[in-house]
Amino acid sequence: MDDAILEMRGITKRFPGVTALQDVSITVRRGEIHAICGENGAGKSTLMKVLSGVYPTGSYDGEIIFDGQPVHFNGIRDSEHVGIVIIHQELALVPYLSIAENIFLGNERKGASSLIDWHRTNAEAGKLLESVGLGENPVTPVIQLGVGKQQLVEIAKALSKEVRLLILDEPTAALNDIDSAHLLGLLRKLKARGITCIMISHKLNEITAIADSTTVIRDGKTVETLDMRGGDVTQERIIRGMVGRDLESFYPDRVSSPGEEVLRIEDWTVRHPVQDRNVVEGANLNVRAGEVVGIAGLMGAGRTELAMSVFGRSYGRDISGRIYMHGKEVKARNVAEAIDNGIAYATEDRKRYGLNLIADVCRNISAAALGKLSRAGWVNGNEEIKVAEQKRRDMNIKTPTVMSVVGQLSGGNQQKVVLSKWLLTDPEVLILDEPTRGIDVGAKYEIYTIINRLVADGKAVIVISSELPELLGICDRIYTLSAGRITGELPVAEATQENLMALMTKEKELAA
Amino acid sequence: MTSTKPTAAEETASESAPAAALHTGISDPRTLIMRNLRQSGIYVAFVAIIALFAVLTDGVLLSPGNITNIVLQYSYILVLAIGMVIVIIAGHIDLSVGSVVALTGAVSAVLVIQQDYPWWAGMVAAVAVGLAVGAWHGFWVAYVGIPAFIVTLAGMLLFRGLTLQVLDNISLSPFPSEYQKVASGFLNGLIGGQGYDAFTLLIAAVAVGGYAVFGFRTRLARIRYQQPVESFPLFVAKVLAVGAVVMYFAWQLAHARGLPIVLIILAVLVLAYGLVTQRTVFGRQVYAIGGNLSAALLSGVKVKKVNFWIFVNMGFLAGVAGVIYSSRANGAQPAAGNMFELDAIAAAFIGGAAVSGGVGRVVGAVVGGLIMAVMSNGMQLMGVDQSTQSVVKGLVLLIAVAFDIYNKRRAGATR
Repeated sequence: MDDAILEMRGITKRFPGVTALQDVSITVRRGEIHAICGENGAGKSTLMKVLSGVYPTGSYDGEIIFDGQPVHFNGIRDSEHVGIVIIHQELALVPYLSIAENIFLGNERKGASSLIDWHRTNAEAGKLLESVGLGENPVTPVIQLGVGKQQLVEIAKALSKEVRLLILDEPTAALNDIDSAHLLGLLRKLKARGITCIMISHKLNEITAIADSTTVIRDGKTVETLDMRGGDVTQERIIRGMVGRDLESFYPDRVSSPGEEVLRIEDWTVRHPVQDRNVVEGANLNVRAGEVVGIAGLMGAGRTELAMSVFGRSYGRDISGRIYMHGKEVKARNVAEAIDNGIAYATEDRKRYGLNLIADVCRNISAAALGKLSRAGWVNGNEEIKVAEQKRRDMNIKTPTVMSVVGQLSGGNQQKVVLSKWLLTDPEVLILDEPTRGIDVGAKYEIYTIINRLVADGKAVIVISSELPELLGICDRIYTLSAGRITGELPVAEATQENLMALMTKEKELAA
Repeated sequence: MTSTKPTAAEETASESAPAAALHTGISDPRTLIMRNLRQSGIYVAFVAIIALFAVLTDGVLLSPGNITNIVLQYSYILVLAIGMVIVIIAGHIDLSVGSVVALTGAVSAVLVIQQDYPWWAGMVAAVAVGLAVGAWHGFWVAYVGIPAFIVTLAGMLLFRGLTLQVLDNISLSPFPSEYQKVASGFLNGLIGGQGYDAFTLLIAAVAVGGYAVFGFRTRLARIRYQQPVESFPLFVAKVLAVGAVVMYFAWQLAHARGLPIVLIILAVLVLAYGLVTQRTVFGRQVYAIGGNLSAALLSGVKVKKVNFWIFVNMGFLAGVAGVIYSSRANGAQPAAGNMFELDAIAAAFIGGAAVSGGVGRVVGAVVGGLIMAVMSNGMQLMGVDQSTQSVVKGLVLLIAVAFDIYNKRRAGATR
């Protein structure tokens, strides 16, 4: 056995009525990048909460040995004290404070008078930013940075605490390919400096590219730890561990037979709500019945903005252009009109824009279709529950009853609730914005299957996705969007990741 | 097609909990209580507080005369609480209702007492002023986008000032006897009775019967749609318990002065608003806005319109409360309705409404208001002075919200 910096032995964590972790053991070697994989709800986050002291000693069974010593943490401060720092998926930065203030938040650099020494704060922050490759002024407010740069600020913050074991929870989930590549490069650099890293990720290509070992967790148990240094462990091999068997394919097969055009958008231009620039410019696109059309673009290309502005002008101002349904121009000046015209939009951020997390499954499913479930303003509550039950079965939503609160479901099941909600409005066109973000491989497959069922029923589907393999796997036709302009349209047979990426970055190169 | 999907997917521990007793009768009272702890907790607290003060006051609290008194004394707070809980569910607040109660009462008093208009014209005018004030608030909150806290804080000052101007800084009284009947009139003696009012008992019996029939029909519908229901004996027990409480209450009223008119108004409002919040599209949209504003917008809810009508409705109820209060006070005073907004807000929160919006019930708010009413009344009977009463009420509000947060945290921990 190599020199281990961390050993967790026989960790068992129980919640009332549920065993979240059962006898989980994991060994992390000093100076390696150790990936942890598992489906959503497998117990990865719980394990990290045990390690970082969020769940204090005594609330779980088993032991943690860090750097040869048994450790007992009673909170995050304890674990940070020995050099274990966790960076959560949802970044924990204060938007209106500067980069430097965020880096030293709770750990302020003070002068002799125990007031904050701003020169030292900003100078040290500058050095830390340099070491993570972020060329920003330390006094810049964090709100002005993109997600990718914020992630780097988080890492700089961890470095300021003299981190020895850095835990990253889904670090690249919200990043585009370029930012992801930069982040992975940085992790390699940190490794060279002797910082051990645990990375939770759904992106198996990143894991195979960067990890030295991978531990697979399934249903609260350790399945196996794979040594990745030989380079012979494939993504398929990891998936086999995660789901317990082989997935024949990431993407279900389907027969495509597009029919009549359903939706056409012409000359669509949208201005940014506050800034003086066009977010979408002169976009033309169409989608036919029984067709899945993809929209590819880097973050900030205007994908979501395009979709939301079409969906009842939910984004932007001074919107111009025309929307046709079945060749006839329609008005969709607000969301209600868009829904009436048979358009549905499932958001990329289901927690913020898609669901009422404190309400039950039933009321979320009915939320956009109350008009159909009511007469003269009175909701038929029994009918409502009946259709919600139906959707629960059709969509295979795993919930004890439709009366359960949505916030307690896993990501994949929440996504199915969002889809159910929109299907209930009986749309002709569904715009799905990042339909599989943050959900695990098994649930992704189910979502793809649902999409196939929809187009088989003659619906038109537009999928927006950051994952090119996903678009290539499920679409008939792919548009590329760059800096608000449509830069290309390819039938899936002619599309490859390379030529799509070339089109997605086209405009930017012209501008540069 | 779906047969190829991996079955191990998504089997998080919390989801694998079996759908126990679905489609069959649930009779385990523990399950029933736990399912609705947030709601049932308030009823348990209500009963406990009644029992406590009944003992502390040697039973005076539950005497016929005193029960009547509680109803008369706190009715306008309960009317305000109904509107307030809807405002709070949508994620807003209304600090102006005390001033609006004063203004509507003042307008009514000026018309009826000074200008000799008929008594009903004063009531109509008061409600109309309430509606206008509500529309004013709704305009600023919904269409201009100013937080309700600021709009109604301004309204609190604004309408208090207008009250002083309308009344010219003096009190007006008395109202004609018809006007006074709203708050202190009784329906009694309509069908006689020996030492008690048979009419009151009849109305109560009809209400209980209606409750039983309504509950039974709901139960049948739920069974038809294959939803979980409580077992039949438990259902009967529930109806009997509610019936017993209502009939006891009616019996006490019948032995005092009969059925207060204001109680009828209150019952109609509770019933109507209970249905509006739970069974109409409008009600659903109020919850949706409070639960997640962005999601509501993207679901096609016309948020501005709904917010506007929420405040118009609050104004309407403030007008009704203004009529009741001026009727009870038999006049209008410049300082009328002072701090009513705080009582109404406290009632809503004690009744289980969430500070962050999206949660709350009309019945809960009314029970929350009654808890405060029973406490105030009980302490008055015991001769506790005003300052101590205020301390106790403040602590109860704090504990109620703390309990709510504790509950939420516990629900979160079982995830």
